[in-house]
Parts: sequence; structure tokens; C-alpha cells
Amino acid sequence: MASNAPVHHATGSSFWNDTGKTGITSWIFSTDHKRIGFLYFYSTFGFFLVGVLLGLLLRIELMAPGRTIMGPQTYNALFTVHGVVMIFLFIIPGIPGAFGNLVMPIQIGARDVAFPRLNLLSWWLYIIGAVIVLTSLFSGGGAPDTGWTFYVPFSSRTGTNVSLAVFGVFIVGFSSILTGVNFVTTIHRLRTEGMSWGRIPLFTWSLYATAWVQILATPILAITLVLVMAERIIGAGLFDPTRGGDPVMYQHLFWIYSHPAVYIMILPAMGIISDIIPVFSRKPIFGYKMIAFSSVAIAAAGSLVWGHHMFTSGMSDTAVMVFSFLTFVVAIPSAIKVFNWVSTLYKGSISLEAPMLFALSFILLFSIGGLSGLILGAAATDIHVHDTHFVVGHFHYVMFGGTAFAFFAAMHYWLPKFYGRRYAEKPAVVAWALMFSGFNILYFTMQVLGMQGMPRRYYDYLPEFANLNLVATIGSWILAAGLVIMLVNLFRGLWWGVPFEGNPWGGASLEWSVPTPPPTENFIEEPVVTHGPYDFNGVER
Amino acid sequence: MNEHHHIVSYSKLIAIWLILLALTALTVAITRVNLGGYKVLGALVIACVKSGLVIAVFMHMKYEGRLLRWLLFLALVTLAVFIGLTFFDVLYR
Repeated sequence: MASNAPVHHATGSSFWNDTGKTGITSWIFSTDHKRIGFLYFYSTFGFFLVGVLLGLLLRIELMAPGRTIMGPQTYNALFTVHGVVMIFLFIIPGIPGAFGNLVMPIQIGARDVAFPRLNLLSWWLYIIGAVIVLTSLFSGGGAPDTGWTFYVPFSSRTGTNVSLAVFGVFIVGFSSILTGVNFVTTIHRLRTEGMSWGRIPLFTWSLYATAWVQILATPILAITLVLVMAERIIGAGLFDPTRGGDPVMYQHLFWIYSHPAVYIMILPAMGIISDIIPVFSRKPIFGYKMIAFSSVAIAAAGSLVWGHHMFTSGMSDTAVMVFSFLTFVVAIPSAIKVFNWVSTLYKGSISLEAPMLFALSFILLFSIGGLSGLILGAAATDIHVHDTHFVVGHFHYVMFGGTAFAFFAAMHYWLPKFYGRRYAEKPAVVAWALMFSGFNILYFTMQVLGMQGMPRRYYDYLPEFANLNLVATIGSWILAAGLVIMLVNLFRGLWWGVPFEGNPWGGASLEWSVPTPPPTENFIEEPVVTHGPYDFNGVER
Repeated sequence: MNEHHHIVSYSKLIAIWLILLALTALTVAITRVNLGGYKVLGALVIACVKSGLVIAVFMHMKYEGRLLRWLLFLALVTLAVFIGLTFFDVLYR
């Protein structure tokens, strides 16, 4: 990354070169939020690619019944590692760490985050945790085979390297908490003159809501993982019924964090979409206040619904009804966002460029994922599809079709601003079309398979599922082909492409008013904000 | 943080310490009385009172500004809600 820096802009000074420092240490020990943002971007995105490769291998195994390329133990380890890498090392830290760091301080007119050193520490903790997780795969009893949820009693008994893996995740959790503390403080204290709460861009609003969930929920995951280690190492018996423990308590503790974590993953993605849609529709966002409010409402209500992962666990029927009801409540703020985005599009002057295409497909894919979530949130239907491929299809629609597509949208929307160069439009659109079709072929097929009763987490299946599994695997290849084209085109453009100057998208929020790429402390003089983030009057495109 | 230091007197600290000891004795005592399901509730109430005293006096929260108190309150409410919702399972299973 550092070696690429001089390529970008031989002319003009920016954060790439204006400190006069070069080399790897100017990056890994930098306290500049943009450099830390890029550290996060490349590390989380690197893990994303690892996760994609593992996912492709899983799909090849499922291409035909019986053993294809791996045995059951390898399959169990691979889907566990796929889940752990994708969730803890990509989706949770991805958008706040990368784009939150890159964009948020500039959006509120700050020179940096409130605690720049803490910001650097947070990235280091992330890397240390990630290295420990990776070490767990190749040492001790081998890669964990419990699934990313580490459910007891299996996780307390399996001979694989669960203790080390959960310790790594424990450390990554601290990185997440520090980012949350930093962002809440920054958004409260470092807004520039005129940046009232009603003028904060919606991406920053979503990061604010996310940060609170990170602060309040992550410690519970940390404690739970410590308890798993206690169970394995000293035989504490907390989750063991023969010693007075309760295995369902593990599921409560795990999902008290891990369901809010779903909102840590999706809320910043929704923020990205709320920022992109008005810019490419040339219209102020419809219902600014309600979108900002719904972010906070999702964060609050989403923290109270964890029990819907446990309908078949033997939990009490009263709890099933309470959690099912609360789950339906979360659908309301989510729908508020979708309706507001669609209303923003209405009668807008829409230009279908790559960021907008990814943003629009987010709305569709997230809606399919969200609505299939209601099938799972209703206790009666959940019992039919629980632990089938329907669930796998559902959360890939929300997490991949939602968060990762928003991540790609942000890559096309904001990265040119920070590199000062842009990608070619046509290949980006082709890549988007391939990914969108491959995605639906892969995951919609999974949902159908789940409805037919194909269970998840099995390396083999009955012969009647063979045709649809083949279709899904072919879909995964189309998706991967699109991803390769997107990456080659994007990074070739960012490193060697035509210059990206001024404000080509015509954004009205503060990040489009600073030089391209921004200088180290972002603003040449302290900005004074006089209009809202989606007031396009007088903004040329 | 407040500009001026609050120095809590020894007598007050010792009084709080004695109250904590008494409450610990009470926690042990109620395990010997047959209260059924209320045993846990009793233990939790005593634990809440004890941690409240520690936070307020030993950790000086009583002398802090409103912001810190609200933040602590928010964290405690979150915890209470999480534990409370879990009881929909535990109590009716």
C-alpha cells in the first residue's frame, strides 16, 4: 500500500505525502484517521477475500452429493472458519473501521477522531486478534469445527482449537469497543461550527447508533467467550446440566451480543445507502429525521430480539412469544428506511452509475433478506425452516447482499476521493451485473433448498437436492467472476486511472468540499456549515 | 472530573465497610431460609445494594457530574433489560 502512494499524485500535496514520511512505519504507526482507515480497509478486505475463497470451496463440495473435494471434518472446519473470518474479521469491523475512519471525521468537519492514538490501538488489537484466530487454525487440535457460534456443549468438548480461536475473537471485540468509544466521543465533541445534530450526514448518524451498540453489547460477547474458555480449561460446569449448569444460558449470552452485532453490521451499510441515493437522484433525502431516528430505534429495539435464534432450543413458550413479537417490532424502523429511500428516488433525476447500482441492489437484496427474516422471526414457520439452507440464504441476503454490497458501493463512491483517481465505468457496471445475477442464483436457490428441507452444516445431502445445489454452485462462480472484474477494474483505476478531481458525483456533504485527496488534517481552514448534507442547491455535477 | 478532590473521611469508609460485611452475612443467612424462587431475588437485591454502595462511595460516583452518572445509569439499565428478558425463559420454562 505504502509503495503505491507516490504513484497517485505526483502533483499536489495530500495525506499520501504531505507529512514527508514514507515507508511501512508511516502507515502502521500513523494516527491519521485516513491512514488508519486504509489500514482497516486493506486488512478487512483481505480477510473478506479469504472468506470468499473458503465459501467457494464449500460450494464446490456441495456441487454434487457425496464426497466431492473434502471429507466431513474438513467441511466442518471450513464453514466455521468461513463464518468466523467473515463475521468477526470482515463485516463487524469493515465499514466502521474502513469507511467510518476515512469519511466520518471529514463529514462533521473535524481534523481527526477524538482519540487518534486509541484509534491506532484499536487497529492493532484487531490485527493481534486476527493473528491469534489464524494461529488457532494451524496449531493444537486443528481448526475449530463448531460453527462460528461456538455452541456448547460441543464447543466445550471438541478436541479442536476452540480456546485459542475464542481468545482471538475476544481481543477483536476490544478493538470494536474502542472504535465505538472513539466515534461516540468524536461525534459529540468534534463537530465543526454549524454542524448541528440535524445537519449530520446520515452515514455518520448510522455510525453513531452503531457505536453505542458496540460499546454496550460487545462486553457481553467477551464475557461469554471467557466462560467458554473457563468451561474448557478448568471445567467450570456453567453450561453443563450434570453439574447444575444450563446449555441454553450459553445461547442467551451468545445471542445477547450476536444479534445486536447483526445491527453493527447492517446499520453503517444503511448509512452508506442513505448518503449515496440522494446524490445520484439529485434530490434531498426524503425523511431525514426519520432515517436518523430509525437508526437509533433499530439499535435499541434490535438489542432486545436475540431470543429469535433460539425458538427450537427448548426455551420457554412465553419467551418464544415475547421475542417473536419484539422481532416484528424491528421490522418497523427497517421498513421506514426502505420506504424513505424509495421516496427519495421518486421523481429524482437518477443517474445509474456504479455506486448507485450497488446501492439500488442493496435495497432489493436487503428487502428480500429482511422479509425472509420475518419467516424466521415468526415462531411457527421458524420451526419448519430452522437450521436449513433457508437460514443460510436469509443471512447471506442481509449480510452479503446488504452489508457487502453497501461496502462495494462505498468503495466506488468514496475511494476515488481518497486516491484522486477513478475506475472505468463500463467494466464496473458489467461486474455489478454479474455479481447481482450470480448472487441471486446462489442464494435464492439456497432458500428454495431450505424450504424443501435441506439442512445446513452437512457436507452431504439426499440425491433429490442435487440439481438445485449444482445451480447454486454455478451461481457462486458467476458471483466470483463479477467480484474479480470489479476488483481488477477498481484498483487498476485507483492506482493508475484518470484523475478524479473536484466533486464529480455532486455531493453536498463536507467530504466533497475538501481537496482531492484530502490533506492530513482534512481542512485548509476550519469549515462553517450553513446548509444540510443533502441540500444540492448550487452544487454542480 | 471534578476540579476539587473529595476526601471521604475514614469513619464514613469504615461505616460503609461494616455495612458491606453485614450484607454479606445476610446473603449467607438467607440461603438457610427456605424461600424457593425468591432466594435468587433476595441475593440479587442484596448484591445490587452492595455494588451500589461501592460505586457511590468507594468509586466516588456520588461526587461525579451528571454525565458520568447518566452513562453509568444507561449501562445498568441495559444490563437490567438483558437479564430481565432472559427471565421470560427461565421463569416459564
